[in-house]
Amino acid sequence: MPEIMKLVESAEIKRTDIPAFGPGDTIKVHVKVKEGDKERIQVFQGVVISRKGGGTRQMFTVRKISGGIGVERMFPLYSPTIDKIEVERHGRVRRAKLYYLRDLRGKAARIEEKRPK
Amino acid sequence: MAIEGIIGKKVGMTQVFAEDGALIPVTVIQAGPCLVVQKKTSEKDGYDAVQIGLVEKISNRRVTSARRGHFEKAGVQPLRTLAEVPYSGDVNIGDRVQVDLFKAGDAIDVVGQSKGKGFQGVVRRHGFGGGRESHGSMFHRAPGSIGASAFPSRVMKGMRMGGRMGGDQVTVKNLRVAKVDAENNLLYIRGAVPGGRNGLVFVQFSKNGKRG
Repeated sequence: MPEIMKLVESAEIKRTDIPAFGPGDTIKVHVKVKEGDKERIQVFQGVVISRKGGGTRQMFTVRKISGGIGVERMFPLYSPTIDKIEVERHGRVRRAKLYYLRDLRGKAARIEEKRPK
Repeated sequence: MAIEGIIGKKVGMTQVFAEDGALIPVTVIQAGPCLVVQKKTSEKDGYDAVQIGLVEKISNRRVTSARRGHFEKAGVQPLRTLAEVPYSGDVNIGDRVQVDLFKAGDAIDVVGQSKGKGFQGVVRRHGFGGGRESHGSMFHRAPGSIGASAFPSRVMKGMRMGGRMGGDQVTVKNLRVAKVDAENNLLYIRGAVPGGRNGLVFVQFSKNGKRG
């Protein structure tokens, strides 16, 4: 990538309140939702199954089971519509992308908690 | 000083966030600074315009003597790329043209050279439909008939055929400026712009779009 582009992308990252999290972690994403002229916060809690892209373009996918149906939502990491991100639990996984969770349900879809060293 | 355009180089594409959180695709252009090299007047040249050149570091040896004289006359450093731009108001030779002549939201036209695609067939180059790929079809991506037989006994001029594609001058009209970074001479344009990275582009106020 050209140097100028790196400069552009680093300048566009305007927030520093994003905690460190990775695939396998259970997180709570507080999303700002606009309804008419009112704004409220909606929480989306689930397992991070992917992080992709670099710089300002970085995105992550959160998967949760809602009413027995799997729901995935992708967020731009540095989006101003994200109020805050809370890390609930660090999971121990051996893949960067946990797409295999889509084929598993119930007990099989559990993720072991990472033990602090 | 009101010069209507600027020369720049395409840096690449990325995304920026709008205030409401929408992601906007932008092309980043390193535009200018440019210098005014020559002023064309209606008395002398039949029309009014200024010639501007993009400031770049170039070796003196790479300038032809004819051009060197042209730059010496203007009292500016040797430049590689020149372009003519309309202007209004008071403009003098040697004036600098910076990106700050644009502001976010301005309607602009961008001229560039499209990426070369090499020799392409009619399907890619002219959008022909081609034939069926299977079921015994023996006609896949060929152009088909290119005319009748005894009359006119020749192929009509302008018949669409395979050939070199790309590398043409392309103008994209009515794009919007997303952001101006005057400090780093960067122009953020919403949407795509012709050409590859480091390709030269010419940015000017839109001729038929509205301003602001």
